[in-house]
Amino acid sequence: MIETELTRCVASFHPGATGVTGAAKLSGGASQETWTFDIVHPNGNVGAILRRAPPGYGAAPGRAAGLDAEATLMQLAHDAGLPSPKVMHVLSPEDGLGRGFIMARVEGETIARKILRDEEFAKARPILARQLGRVIAGIHGLPQAKLPQLRSLTATKEIEDLAREYHSFNWPRPVFELALRWLRDHDPGPSSEVTLVHGDFRHGNLIVGPDGVRAVLDWELAHTGDPMEDLGWICVNSWRFGEIDKPVGGFGSREDLFAGYEEAGRKADPDRVMFWEVMGTLRWGVMCCGMMQRFRSGPDHSMERAMIGRRASETEIDLLRLLVPRGR
Amino acid sequence: MQDEPTPTELIKAVADFLRNEIAPAIKGHNSFKLRVGINALDLVTRQLALAQADDATEAARLKQLLGADGTLMELNRALSEKIARGEVDLTTPGLSEHLWQSTMDKLAVDQPNYASYKRELGNT
Repeated sequence: MIETELTRCVASFHPGATGVTGAAKLSGGASQETWTFDIVHPNGNVGAILRRAPPGYGAAPGRAAGLDAEATLMQLAHDAGLPSPKVMHVLSPEDGLGRGFIMARVEGETIARKILRDEEFAKARPILARQLGRVIAGIHGLPQAKLPQLRSLTATKEIEDLAREYHSFNWPRPVFELALRWLRDHDPGPSSEVTLVHGDFRHGNLIVGPDGVRAVLDWELAHTGDPMEDLGWICVNSWRFGEIDKPVGGFGSREDLFAGYEEAGRKADPDRVMFWEVMGTLRWGVMCCGMMQRFRSGPDHSMERAMIGRRASETEIDLLRLLVPRGR
Repeated sequence: MQDEPTPTELIKAVADFLRNEIAPAIKGHNSFKLRVGINALDLVTRQLALAQADDATEAARLKQLLGADGTLMELNRALSEKIARGEVDLTTPGLSEHLWQSTMDKLAVDQPNYASYKRELGNT
């Protein structure tokens, strides 16, 4: 039972803790898991989250920043006063829990459909885009000197990565080719400013309460690059969940997002944001195709993965709406 | 010749049973998975109903655009390569209409409730 290891572990960083209770796995693939649990303490229990690669799993693959880097970034964001959970403990080998970290649990909602439809969030929705503009500006402003080692990304490199991955599927998609061609023709070149980029700033990775955003999660895809990438990614239609006239996550306008960004002392570049929105739409499409490949080759032979393969066409219609809009 | 009922009728009967009798009794993560499974069956029935006619009109458009013959896969591959090389672009007569039609036909099978698709349906 994981509770045995956790009990030993929490005693080492939370003085007076007598144990843990209610440990439950929230999500997890083969190489990465997220657990929720409560630290039992005479002064009251404390909600906590464990994010880890179980023992036996080594460094993170491919694009991932790695769990140690994630912990460092979360703590940096927390220290800068951004909505980010406090990192309570970074796992060491003696903990016997694998690699990863334990953070404070932030209460709230991550499920987009609830955030966009439930009455509970009615007051949050109109303010979220501006709030998130300020938050992402804060992330882009985190001190470069304190950042962990991260991969760097440019638009040119991302286009070639997407092209390579798409071609590896060996399944012709004229709309993806059109998008790749458009991206190459409109590549704005290196950004004049290179900052920390969250890399996956969207629904699912944002904890929202009735009062607005409470935490930014999941720094797995963090890297350095063009800050406009994050602003474009959160505008991708796939994260609007049906509210297609509200480009920012289905709850707000680009103008509000940019206004919040500028309130925090940074400048948005709408043309670059639009370029990254096209890139992000194609990226999600390529990811859908990738899920289908993993379904076919196993080991995750699940219906969910198979059906995500049939969502690539959603990104094709969105790419056409962006690049070849029909007469209105 | 195989006998009746047709594959479409069989799949629809199973999907309806799962939707109406089983889904209300299932809770938690399995309820989500069941919904995905029912969606998959519904997708298959839409594909069985639509794909043959869609494929034929798509092939006809591709042959016209490319001035060449071949299987649907070969034609799509040829078009993709021409777009990549810049030999065909949005100024090419018929290309944007072809991409739009093919994509709308895909969505009609894959995700007919997708908001962008419903918006564009009302926009033809």
